[in-house]
Amino acid sequence: MAERHFKKEVQSLYLGNGQEFRGEGILAVTKALLQSGISYVAGYQGAPISHLMDVLTDANDILSELGVHFEHSASEATAAATLAASVNYPLRGAVTFKSTVGTNVASDALANLASGGVTGGALIIVGEDYGEGSSIMQERSHAFAMKSQMWLLDPRPNLPSIVQAVEQGFELSEASNTPVMLELRIRACHVHGRFLAKENVRPKFRLKDAIENPVRDASRIVLPPGSFLHEQEKIQKRWPAAQKFIRERQLNEFFGDARDIGIILQGGMYNNVIRGLELLGLSNPFGDSAVPLYVLNVTYPLIDEELNRFCSDKRAVLVVEEGQPDFIEQNLHAILRKAGLQTKVHGKDMLTMAGEYTAAVITKGLHKFVESYEPNLLDHAHLPTLVKPSQKPEALPIINAVQPRPPSFCTGCPERPIFSALKLVERELGQYHVASDIGCHLFSILPPFNIGAHTMGYGLGWASAAAFNTPETKKRTISFMGDGGFWHNGLTSGVGNAVFNQTDSVLVVVDNSYTAATGGQDILSSQAQNPIRTTRQPIVDAVRGVGVKWVKTITHTYDVAAVRDVFREALTTEEKGPKVIVAQSECALNAQRRVKPLTKKKLEQGERVVRERFGVDPDTCTGDHSCIRLSGCPSLTIQPSPDPLRKDPVATVIDSCIGCGLCGEVAHAARLCPSFFRAEIISNPSAWDKFKGRVRGAIIGWLQRRTDRRLAGITV
Amino acid sequence: MAGCSGEQTAVWPALPSETSMGISQISQSAVSERPAATARTINIAILAMGGEGGGVLADWIVDMAENSGYLAQTTSVPGVAQRTGATIYYVELFPEEASRASGKDPVMALMPVPGEVDVVIASELMEAGRAITRGLVTPDRTTLIASTNRVYSMTERIAMADGRVDADSLLKAGNAAARVFIPHDFSRLAEESRSVISATLFGALAGSGTLPFSRKQFEEAITRSGVAVESSLKAFSAGAEAATRREPISGQPAPAAVPKLGPALQAAASRVMQKFPAPSHAILFAGIQRMADYQDVAYAAEYLDMLEPIAALDQQHGRGDFTLLREAGRYLALWMSYEDAIRVADLKTRRARFERVEKEARVNERQLLEINEFLYPRVEEFTDVMPAGLGAWVMRTSWAKSLLNRLAGKGKVLKTSSMIGFLQLYWLASRRTARRKTLRFQREHQNINRWLASLKELAVVDYDLACEVAECPRLIKGYGDTHVLGSRNYQSLMRALPVLRQKSGGAARLRALREAALADETGKKLADALQELGIQAGGGA
Repeated sequence: MAERHFKKEVQSLYLGNGQEFRGEGILAVTKALLQSGISYVAGYQGAPISHLMDVLTDANDILSELGVHFEHSASEATAAATLAASVNYPLRGAVTFKSTVGTNVASDALANLASGGVTGGALIIVGEDYGEGSSIMQERSHAFAMKSQMWLLDPRPNLPSIVQAVEQGFELSEASNTPVMLELRIRACHVHGRFLAKENVRPKFRLKDAIENPVRDASRIVLPPGSFLHEQEKIQKRWPAAQKFIRERQLNEFFGDARDIGIILQGGMYNNVIRGLELLGLSNPFGDSAVPLYVLNVTYPLIDEELNRFCSDKRAVLVVEEGQPDFIEQNLHAILRKAGLQTKVHGKDMLTMAGEYTAAVITKGLHKFVESYEPNLLDHAHLPTLVKPSQKPEALPIINAVQPRPPSFCTGCPERPIFSALKLVERELGQYHVASDIGCHLFSILPPFNIGAHTMGYGLGWASAAAFNTPETKKRTISFMGDGGFWHNGLTSGVGNAVFNQTDSVLVVVDNSYTAATGGQDILSSQAQNPIRTTRQPIVDAVRGVGVKWVKTITHTYDVAAVRDVFREALTTEEKGPKVIVAQSECALNAQRRVKPLTKKKLEQGERVVRERFGVDPDTCTGDHSCIRLSGCPSLTIQPSPDPLRKDPVATVIDSCIGCGLCGEVAHAARLCPSFFRAEIISNPSAWDKFKGRVRGAIIGWLQRRTDRRLAGITV
Repeated sequence: MAGCSGEQTAVWPALPSETSMGISQISQSAVSERPAATARTINIAILAMGGEGGGVLADWIVDMAENSGYLAQTTSVPGVAQRTGATIYYVELFPEEASRASGKDPVMALMPVPGEVDVVIASELMEAGRAITRGLVTPDRTTLIASTNRVYSMTERIAMADGRVDADSLLKAGNAAARVFIPHDFSRLAEESRSVISATLFGALAGSGTLPFSRKQFEEAITRSGVAVESSLKAFSAGAEAATRREPISGQPAPAAVPKLGPALQAAASRVMQKFPAPSHAILFAGIQRMADYQDVAYAAEYLDMLEPIAALDQQHGRGDFTLLREAGRYLALWMSYEDAIRVADLKTRRARFERVEKEARVNERQLLEINEFLYPRVEEFTDVMPAGLGAWVMRTSWAKSLLNRLAGKGKVLKTSSMIGFLQLYWLASRRTARRKTLRFQREHQNINRWLASLKELAVVDYDLACEVAECPRLIKGYGDTHVLGSRNYQSLMRALPVLRQKSGGAARLRALREAALADETGKKLADALQELGIQAGGGA
């Protein structure tokens, strides 16, 4: 059960010819896939295409009706390998994943696919997680397209262009027997817009037809001599075919007036370039530009003739190409030199070499370019604030009171207590080398925990500690891995590897029943009953299955003392060999989403319901905040002390508390302070509850009145 | 074309005449062949934290705009930012009519450009500050709607003392940076309406009159969304009114009110009035009240007895603001009311406390409430409240200590709302009358007397250093291990005093040591700072 639902939104996938579609980019992509007559689609979740996977999940009925097979792939490699269905058969298929990390994982399959080529259209939709909000290393998918010679689409970030890119991507793939990558940046995935829909297409040739009438062609297999043949074919046949298609179908676009300077840009940069031009007075809001634009909706391969034509009458061009290395700019230099053109090429010199091309960066670069070549185009009296010489950043009010606010564990997160426990163990046994992994648990590297030394990729937590395996010390290392990473590859790359190499270290598998960081999708070990997937496969069985002898399961991670004790045992036991702790508790975000409606129903039916929430007594709290340093829960924060004598703020639990119990467990395990209490709010109390309440109320009330009398006269 | 109807509609500035975009001039010269621009986008940035409903707010704006003759585009960067991190939702609106007239769709940007944002909505004060530092708020253009509530950052929360940033500087920056600044606690307003902050902020957006939509059009967007419509509309209305009123706001917390003293403390109060200088009154009133609340009225008199000599010394050696007396008065009161098991039990069993929990947990009249305490008494917590002789004997007698440790030494959950739980604590609280004879009382008062003695001694020779020493008990707080650590740090500072007295700038050095002690839990920074002064850190308390 994923975090976001698109049950309502997916109804728009039924829209027919000429009807207006309104919605998010990813939904439009799904619609475009259906309009293109795909037979199968697969992928692995991860921002920014997590929601695409969620949309597909919620659209499964619609997909089935059209005969489309949809898979949640085990990994991006699985997803990419799925495209093999298009090698021998005229089947259109698409896969999607996060890039560049997912493309890294997928590249074995992608390279094989690209070598032999495809018969049916094969589309790889990569969610480019680059720039603001990105959670991965800053690299480019462009390099993957170049190295395997797949074509790379980078459409203008509006729904009609994106939809068109999907449709043309399949055609391009088929025309050139080459898989095509469609690059979607994070904001394009989530952009809300509209386009005119077409009818969904049910493929004529179906999966069934392929299975029942198998075809093989040994020349498509990557094995000599085929592999040498493929390389020749790429250059001699597929490349020219692609260029021809792109040229003839005018996939790239030319805009703007005639002028002797121009801008060459990736399609994805278009909107922000137009905004920059508009601010500089060089375009109206509709994109009617005073400067000629050559928009590369296909960023690989480049079309030499189009570039030569665009540049031949220009003194200078500015290349707006996000990310580095500057592949396009370098390529352009080579193309122009071969053609003998003297057009001056700018790009990274006027924009920035590294980093996201925000609208601000682009506007500044455009200003620099135009100022250098056509200053008379600019109305210098009315420049935008951003490039006004008088408006230096110093002129803005400077405040020091803004602190970074990185994401962290949610309220009630079951992973937090694992790190609270580890912090307590470290107080006893000293610091450990901790190998982190990808997932929510990576938030441990941030305050207040500050635990974790590196992360080498999804599921590679234990693998990344492989070298630390020596008889010269008794001290062990600790590695983390999430359930998502475990099934993605960690079972073999980490656990199998540790068994085989006789590792004497500790792995913690954080099992919260979902791939939580990507939005709560189900996996093999999920506890949910998923109608279209097989779940409930225990991680412990898999771990034992590959030969781990020392395995402990914690079924309630909030029990900090118990987790601490298991850690201590794993770190100090005389037993040699790999040790695996499976720490299970359901992701709180998803648990809440699951439980809330049930509770609401119970309440409405008059059933007894107990809600728990924690609290801190502000008069016994002394404002040391040890509890926060061991928890970091968003619901456990500070407030001004109600005591006029105390300067330090006191701890407080705010209303978002879901009563997970960690506060109390930490207070106990770390022997903190008696200020924490758990309130139980009983709705629809039973007769016994009410009777007890009345008796207690009478006696406690009487005793409290005695205290009141003592305190009378002290205050007014 | 709903943007031009309705009596409450604000007028959107017409372009290009009123703005500095320069499109008209350009279109006459350089780009005359292009259709002239008649409008530009309205740009709205929403800064929120994951889970605060920034997306809901953006969706309402889009829905309203699309149903009122505007084209809308919204983007966001969700991903891991959803997990409580700061994030931006960005919306652009464009009049449909202008688009129709030109026969083209507008090209809208996917992210805000500094200096080109019409409305910034921040769900929290530091996020408003973030918008300002990012250049999104500019005096020529931006309406800044900021909720003044604080969601403290991790850095602020994990500080060992007070790590809060200066809210006032954020408000000042808002005033300086925005064309129109609308600060209000929209979070509390939402709570009062039993709704969410996105609704009050949407109301504030309506109330700000910045957008060309009528209030009705705003409200219809909420109604169309179909979720919690009634409470959202109520919160919307509250937000709109708050934004229309535009109350001036100050970031300064209200000055601590002088506590109101009851008749039992009249004698002590008049003594404060007569014998102590006015600048110290607020603190001393709070002090005597605390003493009486903690122990009895006689204890309040003792408190004043102890402070009288300090008052005299401050009069003689101070600078007239009575810093020494005030800080000594503050920390003496806190120290004399140290948190022993008796105090904790007393506070936890009071009626006012039960009522406070009830309110905090939002218990209504049809619900029942149970309160469970998380207690972890060590042996020390027991011996502390024993008669001094007995307590000291247990601590040095290993079999007695380990016997007691079996009783203690484990976390307990005590249900104060049950008879058994309440009576246990109530009995413990009643031990208050025997407190003066307890082990801990004697220990604390010995330490207090040592501290007061050094204050008195230092006040004469180095007044500033005395003031700093007066503030040192701030280090002693918490319970259990935390308290042990704090006491150890305090003792380290006290042992450094003889060295500090020999050096110039002793006060500043002591302050630096105190800050080092509060800078990390491991005590490393303090040890380093002490070592620089040539003093060995650590050692017994």
